[in-house]
Amino acid sequence: MTDDTWQSYTRRIEELAARSGLVFHPVDFEAVPDTFMMEIAVYGLPVRMPHWSFGVRYIYQLIQRHMGHSRLFEVVFPGNPGHAYLASSNGLAENVLVTAHVLGHADFSRNNLLFQRCQAPVSEHIVEHAANHARQIQQAIETHGVQRVEAVLDAALALEQHIDVDQSLRRARYPEYLEEKRTPDEDEFRKRFAQLEPTAASSGVEPKKRAPVPPHPERDLLWFVAQYAPEMESWERDIFLAVREESFYFYPVFATQIMNEGWASYWHARLLREADFVPQQAYLDAIKCHSDVVRPVAADQQVALSINPYHLGFAMWEKIVEKEGLEAARSIMIQDDDFAFVRNHLTRELAEELDLFRYSARSDGQIKVLEQDLTALHEAILSPKYNFGAPTVSAKHVRNDGTLELVHDYKLDGRGLDLERSRKVLDYLQRVWRRPVQLTTTNQAGLALELTAP
Amino acid sequence: MAANSESGGGQPGGDAAKWYELFSRGARDWLRHDEKVRESVRQHLPQIVAGGELINGGSRTVRVPVRMLEHYHFRLRRPEEQQGAGQGKAKPGDVFADPSRQRGPGEKGPGGHEEGEVQLLLEFKVDDIVDWLWEEMQLPNLKARVGPSEESDWVREGWDRRGARSRLDRRRSFKELVKRRGAPGATPTFTDEDLRYRQLARRRQPAIHAVVFFLLDVSGSMSDRDRKLAKTFFFWVVQGLRREYRSLETVFVAHTTEAWEFTEAEFFQVSGTGGTVSSTGFAKVREIIEDRYNPGRCNIYLFYASDGDNSVSDSADAREGLSAIAEDACFTGYVEVSSGLSRQLATETGRLFGELAGAGCAAGSYALNDFDDVWGAVRHFFSAESRAEEGGLP
Repeated sequence: MTDDTWQSYTRRIEELAARSGLVFHPVDFEAVPDTFMMEIAVYGLPVRMPHWSFGVRYIYQLIQRHMGHSRLFEVVFPGNPGHAYLASSNGLAENVLVTAHVLGHADFSRNNLLFQRCQAPVSEHIVEHAANHARQIQQAIETHGVQRVEAVLDAALALEQHIDVDQSLRRARYPEYLEEKRTPDEDEFRKRFAQLEPTAASSGVEPKKRAPVPPHPERDLLWFVAQYAPEMESWERDIFLAVREESFYFYPVFATQIMNEGWASYWHARLLREADFVPQQAYLDAIKCHSDVVRPVAADQQVALSINPYHLGFAMWEKIVEKEGLEAARSIMIQDDDFAFVRNHLTRELAEELDLFRYSARSDGQIKVLEQDLTALHEAILSPKYNFGAPTVSAKHVRNDGTLELVHDYKLDGRGLDLERSRKVLDYLQRVWRRPVQLTTTNQAGLALELTAP
Repeated sequence: MAANSESGGGQPGGDAAKWYELFSRGARDWLRHDEKVRESVRQHLPQIVAGGELINGGSRTVRVPVRMLEHYHFRLRRPEEQQGAGQGKAKPGDVFADPSRQRGPGEKGPGGHEEGEVQLLLEFKVDDIVDWLWEEMQLPNLKARVGPSEESDWVREGWDRRGARSRLDRRRSFKELVKRRGAPGATPTFTDEDLRYRQLARRRQPAIHAVVFFLLDVSGSMSDRDRKLAKTFFFWVVQGLRREYRSLETVFVAHTTEAWEFTEAEFFQVSGTGGTVSSTGFAKVREIIEDRYNPGRCNIYLFYASDGDNSVSDSADAREGLSAIAEDACFTGYVEVSSGLSRQLATETGRLFGELAGAGCAAGSYALNDFDDVWGAVRHFFSAESRAEEGGLP
């Protein structure tokens, strides 16, 4: 590919997108080597804090790539301006497609409310913030040594999904004292009552009562630990808050994946159809690439046991635009996340058209296709996304001796925690909490079970 | 907005080279993972060594199979039955097997089904392992009993401005040039003043020789597992002794009712049939000592592995043969490998070594029932041996 042609196309695709009603911040495109693309996929951000667990993911990626699975064409980061990285191995046709795809994402991330809410506190500069975190942590390693920093990161990254996106990114501590009871208005009864026995009714000056910590079960564990750990140093708290900030960025990406990828795929297909300036051959190649990306089932298979989000989202948006028009589609794009999107817009008709099915997999590997049931199908698609994909664990109480009590809501999640892993997480956490940590969950028999560290 | 005009892919030089072409974060974090694995292998070394999972890679390294570390998160327990959503031509009621899980019944326990069980083989230097182990187990460093006869050797020592052309040290000479050029008014090329020649010196070095005899009972009653136990034990004994002796020879002898000398490679493959007559083994060892080694100049060790079922009629001969060796040896050790039967040395041969130790000879016995015992055995023998040395022989 020559840069000039691609660049001239980029400009014209941008114009076309703007004319078609897409509203996006400018995007910086950068062609990068495949190795760097792979690292972006591993870290989720172009520059991110160091941690050995990323090394493990990196090796798995390397193995996958050697086995010829998955190829990355682009990764785009929302922001103003947005940053899009394209694989330098892309051909011209692929890059035309990818450019249009990126603009679809840029439109989505600028307008979707969930994205907006999570982007606003970092003033649309998550890429720069993440790079800052990486630098801070590198400095911490130089000052405090890798062992200590790693202990903090082990705990913080283990809890990375445990945030509460309904709270603000810069969340204040709980009020220190219980709210004073409002003295009831003076009425006839109270006057007479006060006359009966003056001492009993004297509302007097009661001492203020300290609020318990936490005042209610707290799901925002990263924040809670950063704020209330009895003996954490300030640099350690900063690491917890840095991880939390990055989780706030990852949440909308995670919770709108079907919509977002579908939207971008819808727009790359549509813009490409309308881009009469793209030569015939490049157009054909790009369409071929498109059909590979949104393919539901791998070429050599009859059925797939997972649903390709590109394919599902793409098919759903096509249907919505066809039936309800582009305006309606845009307002759905702005307001929904995957939960609302799938539950409201994946119709029985579409599910049948796409051959979607539900199955149950036994632990011996036998798989059985289940009866059709639309609501249950929705939940089967969405259940891996509940609660950021993590079990519902909250901080319930901090005892006087500093012991942290965590509680797992096993009724909500339907079953108990994996005990071995949970113990290890408690070990991580205990090293930064520096007091005992305790977790209540349930065992196989459904009986409450208490894990403690140390 | 401008699309970045750099095509990124490998135009060398210039400012086109971005930081990410010079540095891989993935590799950095992978190295850190590797370091952590090595630390944890080091911490669990005695168990790993005992586990018999080591693979001999080359002569001075072993490879340890390890699983990748997992960074733990809270996860729900794996359910008996899990629901999912799929796509394709499938009717309700269809049943099929999950292609991603056709790995047969040998599926590993918890941890790692999701990530597909990648195993790493880490290579360690045997010397490092032995150093760590000695530190870890606080095993005493042995002192040689016979010793130090001296041997001299030429070693490099220092530099001089004159010397044979062949011993010119170019790196050193160049350093001199650089040093001198720093001074004002210096000539920029080499002068004779810069040249440095390596010097040799004659050094006296202790030449301590040791020979260790491994005597293995390969009679019909010794199972494969017994031999493997013995092999693991012998391996670490050699490593331990190598720390002390600059030259250590090993002699491998196997016996049933007869005895033969083998090479190391053959030794552990040998299996025999028939009964056990230990005295033949002792006699063979004795013969080899007289033939090739001078007890006055050489430290002799004997380690004997057997299930202990020596034939009763042989006990007098065996006692005699063994005491003849014990007179000259620094140490004689007996490991009783009897997997399953923990007879704890209450056997013919066990008694024999017991008597020997009772008589004040440097001898020890240890019952080796399982791979977990290998380290116990190594520790037992090496501390017993150093005790014997500290106290001297009565």
